[in-house]
Amino acid sequence: MENVAIIGGSMTQFGQRDGWVLDLLSEAGTACLDDAGVSPDAIDHLYVSNMASGEFEGQTGVPNALAHDLAAMPAYTARIDQTSSSGGAGVKHAWQSVASGASDMTLLVGGEKMTHRTTPEATDVIASLTHPVEYKHGVTLPSFAGLTARLYLDTYDAPRESLGKVAVKNHRHGVHNPNAQFQKEVDLETVLESPIVADPLRLYDFCPITDGSAALMFCPESVAKEYTDDYVIVSGVGGATDTHVVHERADPTTMRGVVESSRIAYDMADAGPEDIDVAELHDMFTILEFLQSEDLGFFEKGEGWKAVEEGRTERGGDLPINPSGGLKSKGHPLGASGVAQVYEIYEQLLGEAGERQVDADTGLACNVGGFGNCVITTIMEAV
Amino acid sequence: MMEAYQYPDGSITYPGHPIGPGGEEPVDTVDLSEYTAEVITWTTSTAPPPGVREPNTLAIVEFDVDGEPVRALGGVTTDEVEIGDEVRPVYVEELREPGAGIREPESQEWDGYRFEPV
Repeated sequence: MENVAIIGGSMTQFGQRDGWVLDLLSEAGTACLDDAGVSPDAIDHLYVSNMASGEFEGQTGVPNALAHDLAAMPAYTARIDQTSSSGGAGVKHAWQSVASGASDMTLLVGGEKMTHRTTPEATDVIASLTHPVEYKHGVTLPSFAGLTARLYLDTYDAPRESLGKVAVKNHRHGVHNPNAQFQKEVDLETVLESPIVADPLRLYDFCPITDGSAALMFCPESVAKEYTDDYVIVSGVGGATDTHVVHERADPTTMRGVVESSRIAYDMADAGPEDIDVAELHDMFTILEFLQSEDLGFFEKGEGWKAVEEGRTERGGDLPINPSGGLKSKGHPLGASGVAQVYEIYEQLLGEAGERQVDADTGLACNVGGFGNCVITTIMEAV
Repeated sequence: MMEAYQYPDGSITYPGHPIGPGGEEPVDTVDLSEYTAEVITWTTSTAPPPGVREPNTLAIVEFDVDGEPVRALGGVTTDEVEIGDEVRPVYVEELREPGAGIREPESQEWDGYRFEPV
């Protein structure tokens, strides 16, 4: 099987945008075509990662609409919905389309338009992924985070401040990301005194509601060389699920989807956690950065918080996590997030991350849907 | 009735599933409302979605059904709750306002049980 390469990428400004979902997808798609130097008629497959354009905006059929706007007909198109991990799932499908030989050029565009909805409305659209026995109690994704954070702090004797330090770190990283929704630092006191959202978690423990889009271009390595010398290889990609009903998990502080998807990705890449130089994790809530950093094997169970306390996950640390600012600072336009995570690793491995640049030859992105219900882990290598 | 399913290997799940954790179909049901449970963790949500009480204190609890553990999530009748507390299910006719949120009102039931510290 030939290596699958990423030869181009793009990301729109994340935040509150005037455009609607098709405008955002077209913006990222056009920029990605330009970046890769690929003509629209060369695209064999076009995937759109999106969770809920119908529910948020009343716009369905977005892959076909985007193919028309980009003049990419007659490319095969499909929408990839895996809730918050739609972007990661799109990466997996794009990789699969090329690795299988079905496509020689696959464009993946992820995006979501959310900010026209009120926070309670957007929260409810996202919470609609829950089981009826959960939904009728008014459970939200933030409340799952509050339940898990309390158990984690109690089980591992971790200080509340350690969660706040994740937010402080990722906001600091986001200052240098021109496409991030928030490009400003916050101090620990501000985080710890912000309004409670889901006790013990506060406003600054949560990512914002965001509009935005990101895109990537995939092809076989032999084709990549016809276009550029600057590409990266997708060396491993794995996907896995955990229970739909969150309370059925024996240990809520372990994300089995992360464990299983990373095992698949590590095996495919013939690598292990010790080989990863930089990682983008799904910090939709600060507690998720602890859980993923442990379940990916970076740190022992219950010790992810210590790594943050010791500064090991800072941009200058031995394992930088979320140099982009993460979902926390960059924003979380659901279907775009997993694509934007891989785009950040792509830029880091090419040495094009500007002030965010870290020293890295191998990078990992972990994209989480629901509250760990579906997970995609992707490993990339510089050439 | 807070109906859980029991499977041939003895395991119990709430809610029930057509196929259980061991890969077999259920053979019995258990009414969890007849048991007490222990609070595993809890939170108070101050930003609930439309049609939900504010604040909304929620807990994951664990029942012990003749030695077999089974967990459930539900609202708590008070915000005075701690990990390890013993609670009992209390019936509530309407847990949130049907139709206020995105889900089709006819697609699911809206009554159920909240947990009250014993």
